[in-house]
Parts: sequence; structure tokens; C-alpha cells
Amino acid sequence: MTVTVLLFASYADTLGTNQLELDLTSGSTVSDVLGRIRDMPGADRLPPEPLVAVNERYAQRGQVLASGDEVAIIPPVAGG
Amino acid sequence: MRSALTDGPIDSAALVAEVAHTANGATLLFIGTVRNVNDNRAVTGIEYSAYRPMAEREMADIIREASEQFGTDDIVVVHRLGELAIGDASVAIAVAHARRGAAYDASRYVIEQLKRRVPIWKLELYVDGTREWVGAAGQKVAEPVR
Repeated sequence: MTVTVLLFASYADTLGTNQLELDLTSGSTVSDVLGRIRDMPGADRLPPEPLVAVNERYAQRGQVLASGDEVAIIPPVAGG
Repeated sequence: MRSALTDGPIDSAALVAEVAHTANGATLLFIGTVRNVNDNRAVTGIEYSAYRPMAEREMADIIREASEQFGTDDIVVVHRLGELAIGDASVAIAVAHARRGAAYDASRYVIEQLKRRVPIWKLELYVDGTREWVGAAGQKVAEPVR
């Protein structure tokens, strides 16, 4: 299955892209996506436990993903 | 109730008019503006960006929660995105309520939750030409060298 990963702000700069597609085995979780992101160049500058949203909702590490899900890695928010 | 992101200037007077009703004895306007110094560094502006659909959803959730907790539907919040100059309004919250206490509480709730949950980021632009992403609680996230 395929999920779309969105990167923003400092994380997009760090990893050099703001969007990528990942092929995952069925039953994969948010943790599995983070594991794959960590293999990318520059990922060592991400915090160990970044915030993640799935389909525009904050998600836990163990959430199981479905094909077509949108997984966003959320840098520390700074609105206001 | 209304929440929105905008790419242009915020008309705060229009927000006040939007929530004002004769049943309300208190109307509050909060305006967050870009200040000229942060952490002792001279700032020329801030570039705001967002995960737009999620930011809109979170802002809508926040004002719904405020409405339920504090008992008023007269709440409007608008956050601006893009490059802002010193003194520009980045966010405005208008709340009206029969009583002032609940109006203050609702306004405070909306700004505090917005700063905690809404996926918006700011890139600070400094007088010396450098720029840095600002993290939670003012903590700097170093921008990588390109």
C-alpha cells in the first residue's frame, strides 16, 4: 500500500522535500513511517518523537495506516 | 462562530461587528502582532505558513470547544499567513458574551489552544538578513545550510 507523507517548515528544509510517497506493507503503523523517514539524509536532525497527524488529526505511534492515508510530520507549532 | 486563515490583512473592526449583538454586555478583541525584537534579535518580519486543511479543522474545533465551555456562539478567529511586517496583525480573536468574565475566559482559551495545537509555523526574518524557524515556546530550530 502507499501513503503520502507531508513535511513542513523546518522538517521540509531538513529533509529537502515537502512531500513523498511511501510503499508500506499492509498493517504498517505511524511508527513504521517514522522509521522510514529516519533513513533519509538529514533525518538525524529531527527530534526523536515528532508530532504526527494522519488525515489531518493528531495520531499516536501505534495507529495502523490504510492505503491512501496522508501522514503529516508536524514540527513544533508556532501560531499566534 | 467562524474561523479562517487569510492571506491578506485582518480587518479587526469587521470581526468586532461580526460578534456584536444587543444581548451581549461584553465584547473583546484580541490582536496578536509581529514585534520588532525576539530573544534580543532585531526582527524585520515573520513568514507564516501552515498545514492549511488541518489548521482550519483545528481552529474550527477550538472555537466549538470554547462555545460549549463558555456559553457563547459569538466567537470569530482569523489567522494570517504569508510574509508579515512589524506591527502587522497575525491573529485576531473577537468574542462577545452577556458577561465579561466568560468573554475573557473564552478569548484566552482560543489563543492558548491555537498556540498549542494549530499547525502554523513562523520563519523569523532578521535585520542581518538571516532567518530561523521558531519552535514551540520560542525555542529556535536551526535552519539547515542550503
